[in-house]
Amino acid sequence: MKIALTVNAIECEMEIEPGEILLDLLRHSGYKSVKKGCGSGDCGACAVLIDGRAVNSCLVFAAKADGRTILTAEGLESDGKLHPIQEAFLEGGAVQCGYCIPGMEITTLDLLTHNPSPSEEEIREGLSGNLCRCTGYVKQIEAVKQAAKMMSGGSR
Amino acid sequence: MNEAETKHSNTKSQDLSLNSGMIGAAVPRPDAIDKVRGEARFVDDLVFSGMLHAAVIWSEFPHAKIRNIDLTAIMDDPRVVCTLTSEEVPGDNIVHVIYDDQPALAAGIVRYIGEPIALVAAEDRASARAAATRALIDYEEIPAVFDPEEALRPDAPLVAVPAAVEKGPNLFNSMRIRKGDIEQGFAAADVVVEGEYRFGYQEHAYLETQGAIAVPEEHGAMAIYGTMQCPFYVRSAVAQVLGLPLSKVRVVQTATGGAFGGKEDVPSLVSALAALLAWKTRRPVKLVYDREEDILTTSKRHPAVIRYRSGAKRDGRLTAIEVDFIYNAGAYQTLSSAVLWRALMSAAGPYRIPHVKVDGRMAATNTVPNGAFRGFGSPQMNFAHESQMDLLSDRLQIDRLEIRLRNALQIGDETATCQRLEESVGLTETLEQAGQTVDWENRLRKIEAFNADSHSRRRGLGISTVTYGVGLGGKAPFLDKAGAYMKLEADGSITIAVGTVEMGQGLTTALTQIAAEALSLSPERIHLAPVDSSRVPDSGPTVASRGTLMSGLAIIAAAEKLQERVSSAARDLDIPKEEIPSRLPEIARVFFMRNIDPAVEGWASGEPVDWDPESGLGNVYFVYSYATHIAQVEVDLVTGEVNVEEFVAVHDSGKIVNRRLAAGQVEGGIAQGLGYALMEEIPRQGGRLLTTGLTTYRIPTICDIPLRSEVSFVEAICSKGPFGAKGLGEVPLMAAHVAVSRAVVHALGRPITTYPFSPERVKKAVTMQKNSE
Repeated sequence: MKIALTVNAIECEMEIEPGEILLDLLRHSGYKSVKKGCGSGDCGACAVLIDGRAVNSCLVFAAKADGRTILTAEGLESDGKLHPIQEAFLEGGAVQCGYCIPGMEITTLDLLTHNPSPSEEEIREGLSGNLCRCTGYVKQIEAVKQAAKMMSGGSR
Repeated sequence: MNEAETKHSNTKSQDLSLNSGMIGAAVPRPDAIDKVRGEARFVDDLVFSGMLHAAVIWSEFPHAKIRNIDLTAIMDDPRVVCTLTSEEVPGDNIVHVIYDDQPALAAGIVRYIGEPIALVAAEDRASARAAATRALIDYEEIPAVFDPEEALRPDAPLVAVPAAVEKGPNLFNSMRIRKGDIEQGFAAADVVVEGEYRFGYQEHAYLETQGAIAVPEEHGAMAIYGTMQCPFYVRSAVAQVLGLPLSKVRVVQTATGGAFGGKEDVPSLVSALAALLAWKTRRPVKLVYDREEDILTTSKRHPAVIRYRSGAKRDGRLTAIEVDFIYNAGAYQTLSSAVLWRALMSAAGPYRIPHVKVDGRMAATNTVPNGAFRGFGSPQMNFAHESQMDLLSDRLQIDRLEIRLRNALQIGDETATCQRLEESVGLTETLEQAGQTVDWENRLRKIEAFNADSHSRRRGLGISTVTYGVGLGGKAPFLDKAGAYMKLEADGSITIAVGTVEMGQGLTTALTQIAAEALSLSPERIHLAPVDSSRVPDSGPTVASRGTLMSGLAIIAAAEKLQERVSSAARDLDIPKEEIPSRLPEIARVFFMRNIDPAVEGWASGEPVDWDPESGLGNVYFVYSYATHIAQVEVDLVTGEVNVEEFVAVHDSGKIVNRRLAAGQVEGGIAQGLGYALMEEIPRQGGRLLTTGLTTYRIPTICDIPLRSEVSFVEAICSKGPFGAKGLGEVPLMAAHVAVSRAVVHALGRPITTYPFSPERVKKAVTMQKNSE
């Protein structure tokens, strides 16, 4: 069957199999930033925005994406410029192996869209579904704080 | 806080004349830009034309003869291309790590649940996986043994391949240290304390699971693309199963999503399996494990039991230790003999001890083979030696920091293997600086005051200090080498190839900085090519915190050669020395026009080390790193939950090449250590592991890490390291988990000796304490 959806601001139709998972559909369609870490909704590496909210795409049937608007980490840049969240992760040294990063950026975008200046506790709460095994999260918390400043037009 | 800062220690033994100020700078990671864009290509992101997908048929029994393998139903699906069993392996059916005991595919017998028996290749992954479930394996179960202590009893069922057993039934290896006279040592002691410490598994839980793609190349060659730490191990393994010369196997390391030791030996097996199917089908074949397969069938930190006696004088000085330990290797040797050796080398901790007796044994059981995990046999030992120090502190009423300072190794001291430390010992400085940072004595008083007022919560402060021999050491000195290939391109840019890998730890950045420093160039001019085994000589594994050290030395050696040629060309062109960096494009053009050889190779070979297996003594590592960690925890006495409130980590890893990256390594090690100490556990029922995913194998989330942490470095310069650097990667985990667990013991005032300190175990200790009061 076919579904119609918008991915990273591009309207498209995709052929799906019954029972197909959104994570697999997106990866097969070339959105390789969507990472599979567990397949059980535990790690957050496959997080994408569906209609503006971060969702683990390994827990969603592809059919559910019909008519929806999806954003993956590939869609964060605009006009060849990094999104402030990407810039904050890059500049803040928040990246090690990088496997968790796309999902973490997407979750951060959801958090900062709905709460532009979160406290540290709210950042921890907001990213608690995104596992990272390398960094110990310290520089990621800093990066989210920095991104919040940048997105609200504050000083960098 | 959260701000990493480098504090320079006064132990600096030489003045470094650094040209460009590259060393120590927080240079951004060259690999991070692709990663924040989501464009880094991990193995499962790669697609080759005509590529097939593999699935593995795993053993369902821990110990069984295979009577028959019926794969006919697998071929029912037209999307399935072929199956493959051990009989078709064209080369040796062996995945060589240290011994030749582990088959690529089980032949006639399985020795653990999750051992590969047969393979399926299909046009897509789902078809391959579905087909694998249709295999009919006829097993005849035979007696099995799972517990390492039971396995060493004379009547235990025999697990191991006879050729892999050195010393006795199910005894893979035994090793020892005999220093001084142990009886004299205990006779001289005023007090003796004893402990028994037990540990379960720790799973690496790298976010990217194991995976490899095998791609047939021209002239019967095979290329492997995969997530790995040791491209040259993979190359040997694939060459051996396919019966190919090493020259016909090319291994390319793809972006690697975490490893921590888990991608040291396991990728050899994963790649060999993919390569067998690629050889049979003459098509590229991808094999990627799902999380359940990764947890159930791949290596973990060794479960262990350690029995430890320590003797000390009234003033706290250690006189003797006697240590006996058994680690559970699983069904095959893999890296276990090397893990055992490092555990042996770590048994004494970072202390001066005149009389030492250590015996270690590695037992074979019908469980998944265990292997390398950050610390490599040391972390279990670190908890044991630090628990013993706390016991002595209690018994002698000497402060815990003070008793460590009194015994800490210093320059001129002899280690437990009678190695005299000649330079670069920053241990005492780490202890002092950590103590000052938390304001140790005042902090203890504050905690006491808090606990006096609190009924449902108790705070505790834990301290741990560790040492780690950098590199592979006296057990396998032939592995301690590295090559670097460097060329000056015609436009003045520099291409470098090395054989050690970036796996998140920051090696690409550190090596770029070292090259920039050695060549007096800005890092933007330097590009490290992806690791490809055909570009450089066998550079050993990326393990043992040796990457920066060994490849860094190789790069410096190459840079010196290139500098010589560049200087000579510059003289011909009348370019003054100080203008060489800015006018390199001009010089490079001259290289090109005059056919000057623009390529050089650098080589680094480990400093001499030795070890005598009979006595266990020797100059076993050429340099050591050190660390002291202090953790403050709050224990909820009602639920048994532990909250790590504050963390201080001070490391001596010699000169720090990149402060921000180094701090990131330490912060990551703290989180992994916290997980090991408090929550990470895989229950086992017989030969079956009961945890199959990240739902039940809990690793620390962002909510679990300390609210405040401070990381700093003392830099005891190592004259043999690149610009004074030693190694760092593993040390943070080793120190961190002990600081956390010892803090819990301090809070409760009652020992817990079994890992992890889960809420259940903590609660039980609280209850027992109440009952005894």
